[in-house]
Amino acid sequence: MTTMTLGKALNAGLRRAMKDDDRVVLLGEDIGTLGGVFRITDGLLDEFGAKRVIDTPLAESGIVGTAVGLAFRGYRPVVEIQFDGFIYPAFDQIVSQVAKLHYRTQGKVRMPITIRVPWAGGIGAAEHHSESPEAYFVHTAGLRVIAVSDPQDAYRCLRQAIACDDPVLFFEPKRLYHHKGEVDLDAPLADAPPMGLAKVVRAGTDATLITYGAMVRTALDAAAAAEDEGISLEVIDLRSLSPVDYETVTASVRRTGRVVVAHEASREAGVAAEVIASITEFCFEYLESAPVRVTGHDIPYPPAKLEKFHLPDLDRILDAVDRVLDRPSSISGMKGANL
Amino acid sequence: MSPHNTPIADTESDLELTERIIAPDGTRVPNPQLDPFVKDVDFQTLRDLHRDMVVLRRIDAEGVALQRQGQLGLWAPCNGQEAAQIGTGRALQRRDFVFPSYRETGVMYSRGAQPGDYVRMWRGEEGAAYDPADLGIAPLQIIIGAQTLHAVGYALGIQHDGADEVAVTYFGDGATSQGDVNEAMVFAASYRAPVVFVCQNNHWAISEPVGLQSQFPLAGRAPGFGIPSLRVDGNDVLACMAAMRWALEHARSGKGPAYLEAVTYRMGPHTTADDPKRYRSDAELEQWRRRDPIARLEAHLRAAGELPAEHLDAVQAQADEMAREMRAACLGLVTRPAMAVFDRVYAEPHSGLERERDEYAAYLATFEEA
Repeated sequence: MTTMTLGKALNAGLRRAMKDDDRVVLLGEDIGTLGGVFRITDGLLDEFGAKRVIDTPLAESGIVGTAVGLAFRGYRPVVEIQFDGFIYPAFDQIVSQVAKLHYRTQGKVRMPITIRVPWAGGIGAAEHHSESPEAYFVHTAGLRVIAVSDPQDAYRCLRQAIACDDPVLFFEPKRLYHHKGEVDLDAPLADAPPMGLAKVVRAGTDATLITYGAMVRTALDAAAAAEDEGISLEVIDLRSLSPVDYETVTASVRRTGRVVVAHEASREAGVAAEVIASITEFCFEYLESAPVRVTGHDIPYPPAKLEKFHLPDLDRILDAVDRVLDRPSSISGMKGANL
Repeated sequence: MSPHNTPIADTESDLELTERIIAPDGTRVPNPQLDPFVKDVDFQTLRDLHRDMVVLRRIDAEGVALQRQGQLGLWAPCNGQEAAQIGTGRALQRRDFVFPSYRETGVMYSRGAQPGDYVRMWRGEEGAAYDPADLGIAPLQIIIGAQTLHAVGYALGIQHDGADEVAVTYFGDGATSQGDVNEAMVFAASYRAPVVFVCQNNHWAISEPVGLQSQFPLAGRAPGFGIPSLRVDGNDVLACMAAMRWALEHARSGKGPAYLEAVTYRMGPHTTADDPKRYRSDAELEQWRRRDPIARLEAHLRAAGELPAEHLDAVQAQADEMAREMRAACLGLVTRPAMAVFDRVYAEPHSGLERERDEYAAYLATFEEA
């Protein structure tokens, strides 16, 4: 076991994947000499050379489209989109090409492309540098969507994403790049849990708190605070947003009967909506109260000084917990939850 | 003056500015730049090219007919562009790999497509009609210009592998306005990738004349990206072959990308769903009918006494046989069963989709029990 940051774990994961398979090539802006603006590709140019660590012109559609061509030739491209908000110029290539070519060709052409996205807010960044676009990709058939929250998962899931024969959108919470944890660098991938599994990161009995990405840390803090009030929260890190591991989710909900789903992304037609709809279909009879979403507001991502009013924090999560536990909360006295 | 009415969109002056070897009246004109690339082309090879173009035109006519008879959902005719597609397509090596748009029926033919390959997608049976690895050609691309980037990525792979291959991408004049095409040229030039860009300027992007896409000859843009280009008479099959051989040799020898603009004309509608009478004149069409690529090669061969009746008869028989096989392949296609819609969305199991599939199977089963 080695203690390292999530960012270093991703770096180690890339290095390991490149050593394991010489068809793995990296493409992105500033990933070579600079080592990436977040240094996730630090040292890889020196180690693997410019043919495998490719600094690209500044064109995101160009980067992803080029990766498609490399995949046609049997390569496993790993693309870095420099910031979440820069992925939109590549949206067409991702949705119309990367996601569909396997289906169109009935498996004759595979797209084992990993698209890494430094992701989400909470770091006081400039406009377009704090976006949470994951729902667009969850909605797109043919893609897998992963969102990591701790160094061990980052190391393992990135290697699994690269080894996967399907395209993977791989979301890396910028806010947690410096978050430290234990990583077993030598654990064989073959023994690891499958990439798509959720994880109960804290066991509890009164309500299930479901989230992913940087919000996992916030949720764990909320669960610790709730414990002081005698409330036992189970926290689930989804880790995979496509597919969602509903076995883990519903097993928890069947025990607690109460559900809060939290994410930074805005609410309307978001991941929380989908998860709650599915929970309601799969285990309605176990629900003791209406599930509640805690999300970013349905606003464009606000200026940095205002982001604390947008991002769900510990108190907003606990307020939602109070709601699902039928305790006094912000909606006490309101009829029909704001309607 | 309307912004459309520019020298670029003026089809008369257009062709005079292109490289050619065989003039519209069939006479051979010296071309010091291109002649060296087709020194080996004898009359038999020209007759082969003639055969290819006639068969292609028959495939195209059959596609239109099948659509009109309700057997295909759509067809994108390439009538008029036979020389551009056959000339460039026949210059390729087997090991080269093509990223086409949706109108490259002639390029498919030159790559050895089978009769059913032309119809499987347009009938709506399959998302892609053939195995790309078999034909050395990617699935037809409907998103305008998206395939140009794929060619550049594939070419990077060629470069990485140290292989003696070239990636080739075909696109139209409309596509040159797309960001992807311009990004592809930037990437190709930066990496000196072995890729050839073939722009078939057929003058119309549905109803929009080429002058709306560009106020400058399209081939003239490429040097600004650091890519050498040729503007070739796209209705002169020999010039297209020569220019393509130049471009391929350039890319194959490690000099980086090359760009061709084949100036041609889409004689038919954009697709069978289009009505070109709404946007272009009979006079323009007539002008281009006089530049027909097949008639031009026939005039050239006839003047040389190299177009025997037996050849014409054999070509016609081959074209008719191809059309017959294409029709039979089309009518013989069997639609896959309902559950096939779930096949191969992913290469590896996806629990969410498996659940949906199981639900749909259970739903369908209720009809069987009833």
